[in-house]
Amino acid sequence: MDYVVEMLNIRKEFTGIVANDDITLCLKRGEIHALLGENGAGKSTLMSILFGMYQADRGAIKVNGKEVRITNPNVANELGIGMVHQHFKLVEDFTVTENIIMGIEPRKWFGLGIDIKKASKKISELSERYGLNVDPHAKVEDISVGMQQRVEILKTLYRNADVLILDEPTAVLTPQEIEELGRIMKNLIAEGKSIIIITHKLKEIKAFADRCTVIRRGKTIGTVDVAPTSEADMAEMMVGRRVSFKVDKIPSVPGEVVLKVESLSVKNAKKVLGLKNFSLEVRAGEIVGIAGVEGNGQSDLIEAVTGLRKAESGSVFLNGQEITNKSIRERIEAGIGHIPEDRQKRGLVLDYTLAENIVLEVYHREPYSRKGILKDAKIKQYANQIIESYDVRSGEGAASLARSLSGGNQQKAIIGREIERDPILLIAVQPTRGLDVGSIEYIHKRLIGHRDNGKAVLLVSLELQEVMNISDRIAVVNQGELIGLVQASETSENEIGLMMAGVKREEGA
Amino acid sequence: MNNKIVVSLFAVVFGLLAGAILMLVTGHNPITGYSYLLEGGLKNPERIGNTLATATPLIFSGLSVAFAFRTGLFNIGVAGQLLFGGFCASAVGLSLDLPKALLLTLMLLAGFVGGALWAVVPGFLKAKFNVHEVVSSIMMNWIAYWTIYYAVPAYLKGEFLETESKALPDTASLKVSFLTEMFDGSYINLGLFVAVLATIIISFIINKTTFGYELKAVGHNRHAAEYSGIAVNRSIILSMAISGGIAGIGGVALYAGNASNIQIGILPSQGFDGIAVALLGANAPVGVLLSALFFGLLYSGRGFMNAMTDIPPEIADSIIAIIIYFAATSILIERLVRWLIRRKANAKSSAEHEGKVK
Repeated sequence: MDYVVEMLNIRKEFTGIVANDDITLCLKRGEIHALLGENGAGKSTLMSILFGMYQADRGAIKVNGKEVRITNPNVANELGIGMVHQHFKLVEDFTVTENIIMGIEPRKWFGLGIDIKKASKKISELSERYGLNVDPHAKVEDISVGMQQRVEILKTLYRNADVLILDEPTAVLTPQEIEELGRIMKNLIAEGKSIIIITHKLKEIKAFADRCTVIRRGKTIGTVDVAPTSEADMAEMMVGRRVSFKVDKIPSVPGEVVLKVESLSVKNAKKVLGLKNFSLEVRAGEIVGIAGVEGNGQSDLIEAVTGLRKAESGSVFLNGQEITNKSIRERIEAGIGHIPEDRQKRGLVLDYTLAENIVLEVYHREPYSRKGILKDAKIKQYANQIIESYDVRSGEGAASLARSLSGGNQQKAIIGREIERDPILLIAVQPTRGLDVGSIEYIHKRLIGHRDNGKAVLLVSLELQEVMNISDRIAVVNQGELIGLVQASETSENEIGLMMAGVKREEGA
Repeated sequence: MNNKIVVSLFAVVFGLLAGAILMLVTGHNPITGYSYLLEGGLKNPERIGNTLATATPLIFSGLSVAFAFRTGLFNIGVAGQLLFGGFCASAVGLSLDLPKALLLTLMLLAGFVGGALWAVVPGFLKAKFNVHEVVSSIMMNWIAYWTIYYAVPAYLKGEFLETESKALPDTASLKVSFLTEMFDGSYINLGLFVAVLATIIISFIINKTTFGYELKAVGHNRHAAEYSGIAVNRSIILSMAISGGIAGIGGVALYAGNASNIQIGILPSQGFDGIAVALLGANAPVGVLLSALFFGLLYSGRGFMNAMTDIPPEIADSIIAIIIYFAATSILIERLVRWLIRRKANAKSSAEHEGKVK
């Protein structure tokens, strides 16, 4: 068999945790190979080893049949291995060309100048050949996320990579961009490249990949051909049990109005009205989902309700009390829980331990502190309780730095922290972004459970499927305005899709 | 934490080794050099007292930098805060006629307030307008420098010289006879006890209180701190105020303890040494205390080394510089340590492996 890359019996241990335990992955020439696993299963570690960022403790790596030692990313580049990271490594105020040639700039004038022209010509050619549609002269800060990703792909191609590793490439893309990425990957394969794609989205594996290697808790579960394998089978391999894609829930029993937003207008970061004259009610015992394309006022609404952003006009009521001008802490005390959109920016202090993060909103209350003195034992006990019941996996338990946790476990810690406070209004923004099906299923259950406890839940998600599965009522936003409110049970993806595009529903139609 | 101690110890060892090499290269015997350096700092009670006294302002400036650093701020304006805190305390000491205990308390308070005032300005600018505190606190250094340059001759003029303030009376000095006698006439003073007390208090605030938790949270991630309901701007201003206040008390120890007046036209070097002290002390209060004592030893021993041998006193400065270099590049030392550990582990595991095979 003609393998480009063989990773054989790889083992990698970090303090307190075996990230990779005897993992084998073989990449055929010209295939798209998916690497599937839960959050924290060891996918990123394995790929970091292939890209030379970590050294394996045991095992061997062969490239084109020859055993190699990849001691750093430069060695990986020389071997024709390129990586597109989940978080792009681009200089925002450099042009596409400048970003791509960084480190290997073509010289002119006896090495004193950089031959930008030559470089951008080569980049144009590459872009055309693989259908990447990238403007080499555009500044990175001016181009879309999808194009930034294509710049990263170009970066590897410019360095003559034959094997591309794509780390969760679809996490940041819109559905259209995902389709386009699929097309690009097909082009790359047609030109003889081989691709490893790290993901936990089964639908995309079905759509793009030829074969799929599944790892669970650091061990290889198996490699399968994608075509004859069903999504449910792959999910089971990944999680270790049957996963239900359908969310079971009893009909909601809405009670009192908990959150009432009245003709609220909010300015966004660009100082223009991002939310216009918006009104919405969320009742106890129901989940209201907000559907909309990213950047249509969802963040502005949430920030105004949680107090992170000032409202220009209108008012917000919680349980009948006006909170429009209350401080963030007063709102938290009044019973708002918030699972923020960006877990690393808002949700966690990455250099604090897990325990310190768990008490981020309650550290000043008894029993976690008394008279301004922290009670470490109580904090640790509370943290352990959440770590246990939300299955937050980490190297050193409550004492682990939040930074050291995988994204999914960071998210589980935040969700545990917010739900355990038992807020009367739980705001969940993109609660399952970047998570695997097992975690998604679990988080959905907790959100519905919170609703069943008679609490109000406001869900914002860019995944239409998620909004439709979880919510009882759906509010659709477009350009900061409420386009319509529908019962989740009486609508269709098509109808909501149209509303998301700004088409208002005909009343009574 | 343990890791950081190892790094600091390695930095010290490397610094001393490098100093030894420098002495060898310049044709001196490093053993005699170091023994005179040590003797100079520790030979007799008087020298020990002087070493401790030299270390005292460094403890304060180190604590000041470390406290700010732990809360995400780089206070490079410690020199100005020392100077202005010392000036405020001197003004109180020269103008009030009170019993010693009361006067000293008021002076320490004045020092704290003066230093805090000088640091609040950068703190406020940072909180309100996002002005980087490094820039504004350096500017405050020079504002302090010229303010003192003008104010001392104008209001606190010395009896003989235009360029220094009037000497403080005995009741306004941190020097006390029992300490001076115990250390055979050294200039050690009560400042040392205040410094130890400050170390304990700062350590407690940072590690044990909700207040410290808030300040650190803001320092690590102000977005998350804001999300959790912490008043971010208030925290930044308070952090700077406390950091400056500590420096201000250091100014009292410097100008009303080690010295008895203020010279104009000098920005106290202790302010900048504080950065090095904090770095070597890994920004932990107790670490700062120890590293300040070590720096105090080097500073007070180098004169004796110079007097007894031909070794230039600049060697001591070089040692300090090299230590700072190694402490600052701690990542290199961490790598070295990890490499040593791994090599040992590998040797062990392969030995075990071979054992099994046989």
